[in-house]
Amino acid sequence: MQIVRIPTPLRRYTAGKSQVMVNGLNVSDALQDLVSQFPDLKDHLYTSDGGIQPSINLFLAEQSIHKKQDLEKPLQENDRLVIIRSISGG
Amino acid sequence: MMLPSLSHKELKRYSRHLLIPEVGLEGQQKLKAASVLIVGTGGLGSPISLYLAAAGVGRIGLIDYDRVDYSNLQRQVIHATSMVDKLKVNSARERLLDLNPEIQVEIFDQILTSENARQIVKEYDIILDGTDNFPTRYLLNDLCVLTGKPYIYGSIFRFDGQVSVFDARKGPCYRCLFPEPPPSGSVPTCAEGGVFGVLPGVIGTLQATEAIKLILGIGEPLIGKLLLYNALDQSFDYVKLRKNPHCKVCGDHPEITDLIDYNDFCGVPGIQSEIIHLDEGYEITADELEQILKRNTELCLLDVRKPHEAKISNFSKTKQIPLDELNSRLSELNPDEEIIVFCRAGIRSKQALDLLIKAGYRKVRHLKGGINQWARSIDQSIPIY
Repeated sequence: MQIVRIPTPLRRYTAGKSQVMVNGLNVSDALQDLVSQFPDLKDHLYTSDGGIQPSINLFLAEQSIHKKQDLEKPLQENDRLVIIRSISGG
Repeated sequence: MMLPSLSHKELKRYSRHLLIPEVGLEGQQKLKAASVLIVGTGGLGSPISLYLAAAGVGRIGLIDYDRVDYSNLQRQVIHATSMVDKLKVNSARERLLDLNPEIQVEIFDQILTSENARQIVKEYDIILDGTDNFPTRYLLNDLCVLTGKPYIYGSIFRFDGQVSVFDARKGPCYRCLFPEPPPSGSVPTCAEGGVFGVLPGVIGTLQATEAIKLILGIGEPLIGKLLLYNALDQSFDYVKLRKNPHCKVCGDHPEITDLIDYNDFCGVPGIQSEIIHLDEGYEITADELEQILKRNTELCLLDVRKPHEAKISNFSKTKQIPLDELNSRLSELNPDEEIIVFCRAGIRSKQALDLLIKAGYRKVRHLKGGINQWARSIDQSIPIY
């Protein structure tokens, strides 16, 4: 199992959960599992052609997941994926 | 560079800084010689400006077009109750000069735009972000990249905060992290979604810390790192940021070489779209609603606020469906019935209106200014929040 950290603006689609446990061999799998648990997240994570939304940032072990091939990065048990979304308050 | 000298009064004032070897006399002189521009004198701008003034930053610029409102006082600690309705920059300047009369405070009571930004920003060494919107953030970022200035970023939402130092000469910029803004309306502002009052205190103080470190040249600045804070978990997370070689403003082949129209870039609706709604008759004023209710016409008053807000103020008979549940609960609404949508201030109700129109509802309007406007102009027994 891995942990996905959900930013506050997206928690309305995860029943308020700040962290979700997922199961995935790689980053892509883990995100698919996340979306299967919370289908309303799909449109906020993915573009219509299956890419990651430009306003979403993914980090694994502090490192950014930027390119498409990064989504195939293998995951270990207890890895932590952090989703970051831009916020605008001040 | 010749550093300015410090008077006896200043030496006494900054004594606790002078005792720290990392600051010392020379550091305090560097602070006196420094200039910073703080964009926004709200939640973040309050602690930023108070701490930088107290620390003895010699010249502080403040830009804000807004006036102090009662609803600001829960977190915008630079402003006092006696300053309600006054220009924020005047209120802030008065407070800062009371705190430290040894510094200069320059004010700009205007909106920062692509037209005036270069002229204002060029006078300052460091730019601090206390804004509450995406267009100004992209404007500040691009301008700092184009003019080679550090941009100390901070942003808040409810219990979450983000801080970083963007300096394209040494690391990534804001656009490397967020190449595009989120779809317009998908991220609520503090005015729509609320904000935990002490949160800007934490984030703004971190931004002020970064500014002082940059001026003194001490410690490790947050360049190439994004700090994520959550007040509920009391957690600080860091993630490493990479410079994006394809970044449109600081990448290898930049497309943005001058300031652009940031409202357009961020998809912020202008005055024109407001007019279109008015022309189409989808908006109703509090006075018009009062007339309709007097005629006792049967209609559905649809409240799209969160349930806890309905406990603060409400009409006598409403249908409650929060905006984020509306799409999945459309079957609860009768398309043949007249629907008046309302929220706190008329922003969420406008989003709900768009959603309902797209879903085929035609007998639908939204209350301009929300229930707060109703409380202001029709029923003073209802609290404004």
